[in-house]
Amino acid sequence: MDNAIEARGLVKTYRGDVRALDGVSLAAETGSVFGLLGPNGAGKSTAVKILTTLSRPDAGEAFVAGHDVLRHPARVRLAIGCVAQKSGLDLQATGRENLLLQGRVYGMRGGVLRSRAQELIERFGLSDAADRVVKGYSGGMQRKLDVAVGLMHRPQVLFLDEPTTGLDPEARVDMWSEIARLAGDEGLTILMTTHYLEEADSLARRLAIVDRGKVVAEGTPDELKGELRGDAIVVELEEQVLDGEVRRALDTVPELYDVAVEARTLRARADSGARSVPAVLAALEAEGVRVASVTVSRPSLDDVYLQYAGRAFSEADQEAKRP
Amino acid sequence: MTHVLTDTLFMTQRHFRNLLRQPAWILISLVQPVVWLLLYGALFRKIVEIPGFGAGSYIDFLTPGIVVMTCLFSAGWSGMDLIEDIDRGVIDRFLVSPASRSSLIAGRLVQGAIVGIIQSVIIVVLGLIVGAEYPGGVAGIAALTICAVLLGTGVGALSNAIGVLSRRVETMVAVSNFVLLPLTFLSSVFMARALMPGWMQSVATYNPVEWAVNAGREGLASSPDWGVVLSRMGWLALFTLVCTWLATRAFRVYQKSI
Ligand SMILES: Nc1ncnc2c1ncn2[C@@H]1O[C@H](COP(=O)(O)OP(=O)(O)OP(=O)(O)O)[C@@H](O)[C@H]1O
Ligand SMILES: [Mg+2]
Repeated sequence: MDNAIEARGLVKTYRGDVRALDGVSLAAETGSVFGLLGPNGAGKSTAVKILTTLSRPDAGEAFVAGHDVLRHPARVRLAIGCVAQKSGLDLQATGRENLLLQGRVYGMRGGVLRSRAQELIERFGLSDAADRVVKGYSGGMQRKLDVAVGLMHRPQVLFLDEPTTGLDPEARVDMWSEIARLAGDEGLTILMTTHYLEEADSLARRLAIVDRGKVVAEGTPDELKGELRGDAIVVELEEQVLDGEVRRALDTVPELYDVAVEARTLRARADSGARSVPAVLAALEAEGVRVASVTVSRPSLDDVYLQYAGRAFSEADQEAKRP
Repeated sequence: MTHVLTDTLFMTQRHFRNLLRQPAWILISLVQPVVWLLLYGALFRKIVEIPGFGAGSYIDFLTPGIVVMTCLFSAGWSGMDLIEDIDRGVIDRFLVSPASRSSLIAGRLVQGAIVGIIQSVIIVVLGLIVGAEYPGGVAGIAALTICAVLLGTGVGALSNAIGVLSRRVETMVAVSNFVLLPLTFLSSVFMARALMPGWMQSVATYNPVEWAVNAGREGLASSPDWGVVLSRMGWLALFTLVCTWLATRAFRVYQKSI
């Protein structure tokens, strides 16, 4: 079995004509981390719900750990662990009680059950809190416990829906190393969704960017970045300017592409950032535009996302938040 | 099948444990029936003197009514917990696991039934303390408890169905407030049936609360008519079955909406 997760043409429509998934296909190699990226409302969680048998697609098919999600959901459930976006912990129960109940519904009993719970408590650094009620846990502790609960029955395939959202930088780094370890040492196949591009970049072997229910880009992080030429130049301006004015001013700068102005931020691509920046600054100065700061960077997944979905993450998020 | 039973046991344990971790809830559910019994017992003490009431002491009359009312009211709110579990993602977590689907509702109902039995016994003992007599003895008390618990299970299932369909605490509160008290007054919990207005008597015939009170009181009488007790018990069992079926249908609707 090469792909522990495989989906073809998934479509899901919710009442009120919301097309959450509009023909999503993806494949995750066994033993690898697969990243699913996209703005709010893109359909990431919907894809996870279908792959974990929680909801049924209107069309398409999916196989997880070699089992058909639609025909044999019970077999899929035994093989997978799932950490949903919404925690799902029992707040009145202690961390240990949460783990024990989870193990029991998977048929674990007695010493095996207890020692597995203890092992996970230790591994996730929850020893001090294990016998306290979850209600008193910090957000980061709850998220760790979420993952521990998902791993309780030693699944082959693990789904993590935004595992690091709301974590402080230190907890996030811990979570990253845990995810890397699970895929590396334990050979789990992991599908994770995230809003953090750098996270997908460092963890995922392959990733897909979804927007409005469609996969808009798919490949390894390097492939995706390689498709973009040159460096990204971002200029923060001191005051808002008219798009057209700036564009005209920059028309004369050689080797500069994809100029876009949004509020007080100007973005552009250049074959070589170092060579173009002085010219860009000179052109802006000639036009009387005052510059607050300039940054040059190698292409990031952010730029990949911009390229494919045609709008910045923050922008799409704003859009999703509007009623 | 054994899987359904063990999962139900695990879920029941979970609900019971969570209940015991809410001392406020325990206090209220113990104090409330005491207040009802003492308050209503004192308030309506004299109505047994109305010709045609047909009971010697009001506390004898009232105690089975309070048992039924207590089970009815605790059951009426049982959907709140389900709403919270759905909101927190607990239900979805179990739906992704091999946990039996039935156990997700059944565990709540079994927990409700156990609580109902405990509450019934407490109220019966309390009644004894304030001077109630139960000529029907242990068999009568058992019949009363069974009927009250059956009623509670049915109403609990309905409450879960409303919870899972509305998924809003406000709706739950509104429906429970709107339904529970009228249902109580449209039965003979406080007032002998013979003294109710004619239309109320007709409505009471179809009120499961009345079936439970009626059977419980009959069982506690000095020479119970077991035909009456068993027939009411049968209707209550049917009521519970229908409500449980409705709750499973409602749960499917929820599963489809995810
Ligand atoms: N149960 C549901 N009922 C109705 N609409 C839904 C349901 N679940 C998701 N949707 C809609 O489907 C679309 C995709 O939602 P989804 O949760 O998959 O997005 P997402 O990519 O996970 O977003 P986020 O980053 O905010 O978690 C949204 O428009 C959402 O409102
Ligand atoms: Mg989501």
